[in-house]
Amino acid sequence: MLLQQVAAQAASHPLSGTVAEWLWLLPVLPLAGFVANGLLSLNSARLGPSDPNAPHHHPHSLAAADAPAISHAEQAGAVGDDHHAVKRHRWAGLTSIIGPGVLVASFLLALSIFFAMKGAHMETPFIQRYFSWMPAGDLQIDAAFQLDQLSMVMVLVITGVGALIHIFSIGYMRDDPGYPRYFAYLNLFVFFMLVLVLGANYPVLFVGWEGVGLCSYLLIGYWFSEKANADAGKKAFIVNRIGDFGFLVAMFLLFANLGVLDFAGVNAKATELQAGGALVTAICLFMFLGCAGKSAQIPLYVWLPDAMAGPTPVSALIHAATMVTAGVYLIARSAVLFSLSPVASLTVAIVGAVTAIFAATIGLKQWDIKKVLAYSTVSQLGYMFIGVGVGAYVSGVFHLVTHAFFKALLFLGAGSVIHAMHVAYHRTHSHDDAQDMRNMGGLRRFMPVTWVLMWIATLAISGIPPFAGFFSKDEILGATFSRAQGSTLASATWLGIPGSSLLYAIYALGLISALLTAIYMTRLMLYTFHGPNRTGATEEGYLHEAPWVMTGPLVVLGVLSLIGGWLNIPKIANDLLGLGPSESLHHWLEPVVGGATARIAAGGHHPTVTLEEILIGAAIVIAIAGIAIAFARLKPARLVPKREARQEEGFERVLLNKYFVDEGYDRAIVNPTYAISRTVLWKGVDNGLIDGFLVNGSAAVARGFGWVGSRLQTGSTGIYAWAVVVGVIAVLGAFTLR
Amino acid sequence: MDQHYPLFYVFHFYLFGVIAIASALAFVTRKSPVAAALWLVNTMFALAALYVMLDADFIAAMQVLVYAGAIMVVFLFVVMLLNLGHPSEIPDARGKWWKIAAALVGLALLSMVMTISRTRLPESLVMPRDFSVTQAAKYNAVGTIARPLFNEYLLAFELTSVLLLVAIAGAVVLGRGRESNAR
Amino acid sequence: MLAESLAISAVLFTIGVVGVLVHRNAIIIFMCVELMLTAVNLTFVAFSRFYGATGQVFVVFVMTVSAAEAAVGLAIIIAIFRHRQTVNLSDINLLKG
Repeated sequence: MLLQQVAAQAASHPLSGTVAEWLWLLPVLPLAGFVANGLLSLNSARLGPSDPNAPHHHPHSLAAADAPAISHAEQAGAVGDDHHAVKRHRWAGLTSIIGPGVLVASFLLALSIFFAMKGAHMETPFIQRYFSWMPAGDLQIDAAFQLDQLSMVMVLVITGVGALIHIFSIGYMRDDPGYPRYFAYLNLFVFFMLVLVLGANYPVLFVGWEGVGLCSYLLIGYWFSEKANADAGKKAFIVNRIGDFGFLVAMFLLFANLGVLDFAGVNAKATELQAGGALVTAICLFMFLGCAGKSAQIPLYVWLPDAMAGPTPVSALIHAATMVTAGVYLIARSAVLFSLSPVASLTVAIVGAVTAIFAATIGLKQWDIKKVLAYSTVSQLGYMFIGVGVGAYVSGVFHLVTHAFFKALLFLGAGSVIHAMHVAYHRTHSHDDAQDMRNMGGLRRFMPVTWVLMWIATLAISGIPPFAGFFSKDEILGATFSRAQGSTLASATWLGIPGSSLLYAIYALGLISALLTAIYMTRLMLYTFHGPNRTGATEEGYLHEAPWVMTGPLVVLGVLSLIGGWLNIPKIANDLLGLGPSESLHHWLEPVVGGATARIAAGGHHPTVTLEEILIGAAIVIAIAGIAIAFARLKPARLVPKREARQEEGFERVLLNKYFVDEGYDRAIVNPTYAISRTVLWKGVDNGLIDGFLVNGSAAVARGFGWVGSRLQTGSTGIYAWAVVVGVIAVLGAFTLR
Repeated sequence: MDQHYPLFYVFHFYLFGVIAIASALAFVTRKSPVAAALWLVNTMFALAALYVMLDADFIAAMQVLVYAGAIMVVFLFVVMLLNLGHPSEIPDARGKWWKIAAALVGLALLSMVMTISRTRLPESLVMPRDFSVTQAAKYNAVGTIARPLFNEYLLAFELTSVLLLVAIAGAVVLGRGRESNAR
Repeated sequence: MLAESLAISAVLFTIGVVGVLVHRNAIIIFMCVELMLTAVNLTFVAFSRFYGATGQVFVVFVMTVSAAEAAVGLAIIIAIFRHRQTVNLSDINLLKG
């Protein structure tokens, strides 16, 4: 009912009649691309030279599973007798046009909608109903899209960064035998991601939520002929199911208590819930469980590092820039609910802070370049959760956006490096690990463009002004600090701990992880691009810069990483630098999360200029200190290639093995599940009860009846007549004796 | 029916009833098909007399013509055709225990049918008393049947004609036997 | 006279049933079935005497059906006899699957 009211409003909405009416086309374009590329890939499966089931004799373990396609395809031949010609897919050219093309078209459409929106000054979301999806009693769910300022930001990031990564993929994946399949999955992912951010109610959002999970699974296990890759995909899928369970329970609770599931209705009715009550806290915590699964937070983060088994552009798009930030989006979307529950909000912030520092420490000791970036992503996602947890929803989303820029750049740069390394190793028939930083070093001489751009991204993620990451990260830390000084969160308690001291602790954790971030990122840069080259004497000659189709998107992302922070420049910095309108993102998102932010910030006061300057100064000092420590302590020249490296000891080993969390989960959850499945469920329930009793038992009963029946079938009509008469007597007897 | 009937009528009704039952008993105890058929014809005649007494003159005539005249003649004809006239050729009846069991079953059935026949009819089914008598006086014996037969039951009547046609065809096909295969 | 008619009908019907159960000669069994049909006819006629002409119409139908049945049934018996040289039901178990 509420939705219909809103729909009636939408008729007179400032956006109706504008280009925003074409909203549905945004996700439909990638869907069309998925269909087209999917059909092309089917064609090859039957006729083309590539066979996805052909044995790929990949020399490396999981670490090197992300082999750029060129060598992947060639290697199969190389292990044989001689160099094969590259098994490029027969439709590769067409796919290169369709795949990125639909994304670019979608991005252009998103841009025009954005400009229409900018002129419209809308206060309520623009909702388009398409059809009634689940009319079941009280449950009225429409297939509807909703466009507001928050989804607009997400759409721009998804289509913009997505288009760049699609273009990069042309260069990276072109020689893979499953090239159209890759683009089909990638397009499908963008479709579901757009459904996720455009859905006007939780079920539609959930469709997108599950859809991106599916595509993530498909793309992690893209090279599924390697068992490790397929296992990584399954791990991501299963861990995400745990989170989805929480999300579903949250939806059930919402429906049971509010009777509505569309955002407009929930936001209108949420205030009926008792603020800080058990119910709203339960809803928010269950929802956060879903977010923790999707956005890789403790304790469900374990799938994300393994997800690096997928192709590197996939890691950039799905596992850094877009999908994993869906949890942040969901919390920002449900800001009204979270603002009503200080306990849940504090939980979000605490989990975010602990995840941020936990993952940052692991990132310090990883050797695989993609693993460093993966843990960095987990850590930065933690940052975003600090932001949305302390009620600074705009800051969380802001960090989401800037992170999408610089993390996509880092991943694509790493992809470019891996590409070069693989080509070099492939040409020389070496079986060394192309992703291990100990095998790199000194690459800046061979790949200067990548080197410069990677440094931009590193400075951005470390928080050096004026790069993008500095502003967003500083805003989160500043918001945390000011919330600690006075807000609904500060006056609440969390498990008996006063909220304000918790928030100070979170601020400290945030600062330390910022320091660690600067250290591990500088370490990555030093070991990869600086110092002497450790790739090998012969291999060195084959190292070269990636083609323009790969470096082009990198340059665009580099520019965005440089200026992306100017979206939302704090007023104080703008006074100093005079870069243009300040806090634009704040004003932009005000209609969506303004009320919720105000509710959390209630009772607080804006920090003084001096305090703000001190905080900003501390952040800058920390970032610079991190880089300086890394430069001072790490000596790339002393590093030896992987095969000559000694075994780590002590705490280093704990870090390298990621605190043995995976092993712990194996012991605590996976192995008991296996054991119970084997002994109780398989041997007992399945073999004993179901097979033995139910299946064979019912068969035996049926056979018994059949035996009796066949004895009765003498074929003699006389006996049948007797049977009929006895039956008649029985029936008549029942009538007579009644 | 608490109607009063003249003694003459009642006497004959019981007489023909006893004849029918006695002939039926004689029929069922015969071993020779020919004798059995003849006793059955006797039963049919007695029943025809009962029909007349129940004011169903046309049905009585049909009983004699169709049952006694046509069907039983066909039976006898088949018995003759198959040359089964001699009783000792077939060990016809079942053993002693079968007979006792059949008698018990028959008794149970009889008691139940009698019990049910004594239950009252639902009021909605009861028509004006002596309805058919007045009908017969109005339309005469044939008209009493013909009127509903060609009005309400016309479709059923036409379908019985189809049934007879099918039966004729079936009987011809079945009776033709081997020479059709040989051809 | 309705009660008497029904009693006679019941007795005749039961005699027919017992005959079917006791006999093994297919032709006699057939005749027993005819007796059962006739007994039912008596019921119809008796009811029609007291409750309306519809019963007699049904008697006509029953006669027609029994005539058709007799024709087909006897044809079947003849066919079986040709194959087996017997009409004894104990020797015939064509219905056995």
